Amino acid sequence: MSTLHTVNKSPFERDSLSACIRLASKGHAILLIEDGVFGAMAGTDHSDMVSGAMKDATIYVLGPDLAARGMSEDRVIDGIQVVDYSGFVELTAKHETCQSWL
Amino acid sequence: MKYSIMVNEGPYTHQASDTALAFCKAALEAEHEIFRVFFYHDGVNNGTRYTVPPQDDRNIQKEWSKLAEAHDIDMVICIAAAQRRGIMDADEAKRQGLDGDNIAPGFRISGLGQLIEGGIIADCQLVFGD
Repeated sequence: MSTLHTVNKSPFERDSLSACIRLASKGHAILLIEDGVFGAMAGTDHSDMVSGAMKDATIYVLGPDLAARGMSEDRVIDGIQVVDYSGFVELTAKHETCQSWL
Repeated sequence: MKYSIMVNEGPYTHQASDTALAFCKAALEAEHEIFRVFFYHDGVNNGTRYTVPPQDDRNIQKEWSKLAEAHDIDMVICIAAAQRRGIMDADEAKRQGLDGDNIAPGFRISGLGQLIEGGIIADCQLVFGD
């Protein structure tokens, strides 16, 4: 059963992203929202963990939340897909369950 | 798709309420249904009609009321969380011997059973909080 995980905390603040990555199964999707978008940045202490997770899971980041934090899409790790709110909705419809990591 | 949404944070303290609102609008735009929005913990503060943000700021509370009215969404405030934070409808205010109520249009006060029912009836339940 495929699950969409949403993570709303920066990996610099809490460990919800690493916990989510550890527990997400193959074929799952992870959407980074709110302060979670900092996990999508390339060249940080957490980038390798996030890149490694893409072997099994697809990772998305919410574009409006990147923009709200002054983060350019150019700085996003290669392979992470930027979506808007309609993309967020599509992801929830595409997966059988949703897990909101808070 | 039928969605049930849970909001656990108040307006202006955390992004959760803004995110939930934006998600609901996008889902309705895509012709999905929002079956219920359940406000719990500090989320109940989204349901007081006495919020008066500065004129150049968004009025999150009114946005919720407008959305509920336009799309006939059931918006439920948890009674225990509401009483702790002074969110009252007319019946509760009377029962508690208070001099007035403050619940916003489109909201109603009920219990946690509504959250569980929302999770059973909806295809997807999303939680927005801190």
